[in-house]
Amino acid sequence: MNFKRLFRRSETILIFAIIVLSSIIGIKSPSFLSIASIFDIFRSSIVQLIFALGVLIVIVSGGIDISFPTIGIFSGYTAVVLMQRLELNPNSLIVPLVASVIIGVALGAVNALVIAGFGIPTLIATLGTAGIFRGCMLSFVGITFISEIPVGLDNFATADLIRIESPTAPLARLHILIIPITLLTIGISFLLRRTMFGRSVYALGGGSESARRLGISTRRVQAKIYMLVGGLSGFAGILFVSLQRKASPYDLAGSELDVIAAVVLGGASIMGGYGTVFGTVLGVLLINLIKGNLILLGVSSSWQRAAVGVLLLIGITVQAITESKKVRKRRVSTNEEVVA
Amino acid sequence: MRSNDLITTEYGVENIVKSFGGAKALSGVSLSVSGGQIHCIAGENGSGKSTLIKIMSGVHAPDSGLIRLGEKVFSGLSPREAVHEGVQVIFQDFSLLANLTVAENIALPTFISRDSRFINKKDTFNIAKTALELIEFDIDVNLPVAEISIASKQLVAIARATNLDVKMLFMDEPTTALTRKEIARLFKVIEQLKARNVAIVFVSHKIDEIQEICNTITVLRNGEVVADGKMGDFTRNQISQAMLGQDLLETRIAPKLGKSGSNILEVKKLSTRPTFSDISFTIAPGEILGITGLLGSGRTELAEAIFGRYPVDTGEIAVDGKSVALNSSSAALAAGIGYVPPDRLTQGLFLEQSILRNLVAVGINSYRNAWGLLSKKRVKDAGNKWISDLHIKTDNSLNPVTSLSGGNQQRVVLAKWFALDPRLMILNGPTVGVDIGSKREILEIIRDRAQSGMAFLVVSDDIPELMQICHRVLIIKNGKLEREFNEAQMTEDALYKELS
Repeated sequence: MNFKRLFRRSETILIFAIIVLSSIIGIKSPSFLSIASIFDIFRSSIVQLIFALGVLIVIVSGGIDISFPTIGIFSGYTAVVLMQRLELNPNSLIVPLVASVIIGVALGAVNALVIAGFGIPTLIATLGTAGIFRGCMLSFVGITFISEIPVGLDNFATADLIRIESPTAPLARLHILIIPITLLTIGISFLLRRTMFGRSVYALGGGSESARRLGISTRRVQAKIYMLVGGLSGFAGILFVSLQRKASPYDLAGSELDVIAAVVLGGASIMGGYGTVFGTVLGVLLINLIKGNLILLGVSSSWQRAAVGVLLLIGITVQAITESKKVRKRRVSTNEEVVA
Repeated sequence: MRSNDLITTEYGVENIVKSFGGAKALSGVSLSVSGGQIHCIAGENGSGKSTLIKIMSGVHAPDSGLIRLGEKVFSGLSPREAVHEGVQVIFQDFSLLANLTVAENIALPTFISRDSRFINKKDTFNIAKTALELIEFDIDVNLPVAEISIASKQLVAIARATNLDVKMLFMDEPTTALTRKEIARLFKVIEQLKARNVAIVFVSHKIDEIQEICNTITVLRNGEVVADGKMGDFTRNQISQAMLGQDLLETRIAPKLGKSGSNILEVKKLSTRPTFSDISFTIAPGEILGITGLLGSGRTELAEAIFGRYPVDTGEIAVDGKSVALNSSSAALAAGIGYVPPDRLTQGLFLEQSILRNLVAVGINSYRNAWGLLSKKRVKDAGNKWISDLHIKTDNSLNPVTSLSGGNQQRVVLAKWFALDPRLMILNGPTVGVDIGSKREILEIIRDRAQSGMAFLVVSDDIPELMQICHRVLIIKNGKLEREFNEAQMTEDALYKELS
């Protein structure tokens, strides 16, 4: 790979941005440069990263899913409610986890049916299903805020892999989830790059008609994508509930902005066909770095959403400009070629 | 043993019928191709060529009829079955995935046919390399397809199609976007495939190419086979007659040019290095000036510079003797210069909008009434005038442009610009992708307009077309004006010789 191309990659730019931003925050408030804050950024990124991996797959395939926060909270909240109503072993961690993922896949299957089955545009389809899911949750599952979640989930919130206590520095805690989440991230990266399913996702994003002519069953790929995203959202939803140590059906609403912004900043093309797991990881880290530390820079926290919105637009603008530059560069030659 | 089998193997269709809505696209079409033969399907747009290809590749199911592939007989194929049975189609748009690399584009179908779950880089690379070696094409397989030229895309598409065990290969208008050199190379590849006993179906309406490469031919017209047999049994005229159902003459139709003192356009020492440099020429009223050159010669940029779409470093452009600064399309329009881009479908038309709206789009301001609002009557009258003037074939001007055939769409584009009444019309590849019948009519429209005093600058590398219509032809080579041919000097051989 040549140097120029490496520099143009969004991953390189993101690493650069993260380093610069960290340095600025560090200069303004030296306490930021500690193991504790690195661990904190990780902790605050866990749930978003899982959502983001799902959204990455959808965006690469040329679609968009805005129902994932709803699926996440639906699955997580419902799993907790089921645990309590059915009086299942409250110490279990596996039961709510599996339950939440299954519910997520089921809701994803509804998206799959609407999108792959009826061929409805993905934005509208998931806007519609998100409304349906939220309504169903509030009508059939519950509207109450659950402050005491099952013990297993509650304890998991403080299951730390590393704990560094020192009298001079703040408490540094690294959650045990670092291990499964790292594995999941590597797994999704492998899935996208090295499997037929993953390459079909890229093919679909590159052009669904061309993909179909190659013999790829585009509907089946789409169905799998939305069910996978549902499952990931269910997983993220239950972890969110566990880490928050409470379950409210009103949580996570609006979090799609952060996640989609992270994926787009990570270099995934909103038109489909391009995007990497590494870029998405960096995008999530950048968003959380900014959201968590605006206050250290003297910016009021009420500006958080606006800041993320600005970042999303910057990401998309950069994409648009690079694309039009490429087109202009190519235009001269294709014009020639078309006449020829 | 195997090759002996293949030589006698026949591939084809019997009595295929296919209707869309009420319209019959194919009414009982049969054809047969044997391995190691190059068979041509010729026909005008709308003759049923594309439908037939789509049936063979599994995109459409036939209403009735049989598909015969050697011993096996099918009443219809799915895309997967088609690939599995060795039927491959190279579509006009190549169907390549621009976001993936050359290697992946070539290797994906192989992985699909193997039902692989996993993919590794080495396999991908090797499959692609082998496929490219088979057609003796050398390209960096790690490049994204978005970054390679159209000619390379075509060869990549061929490598992909022929990599699997291909028995029958369809090529839909494969030469449309290629220069002569590239076409020669393509034909070499086709001959290699023929030697590998592939049954090749070459779909085209360019008669000289068909005659050069094909062994047998089937001519379709309105969904029926109107001629069928050995290539040698047909003369050029017989083929075009069969395609059109009438005689077609490729004679010169350029009108006599009257003496005129003044020039509409005068270009003096125009340069934008390194694209083009020191270009000077003039165009008189009613004159049709041709510009041709190879890929990358700068001919398109030159044309666009005159329309203000390409920057000019030095030099002068004068309209009616007055020097003008053409730094934008609107400045060019104001000076009376119009431009029709080569990719008429994406750049020249609002495809989903009605024919009428497209016709009046450019001159929209001239249809205002006293209130400054659009006058429906004026719009309609103007639209109908152009539809009848330019013989646009439609029964309703409110239908979308997509309902028209390629030639008629091109006419809508032309009418749109004529409505502005430009002094000089720049046409870039005016008949690319247009069938012979429509091509002839488009050239006649140009002639008629020229006779009424409009000047034309025609950029094209269709030499016979330039011969038919132009008063003079300029040859651009490496950005320089290489030579100018006047009416007396113009012969096909001389032009080709100067080009290469």
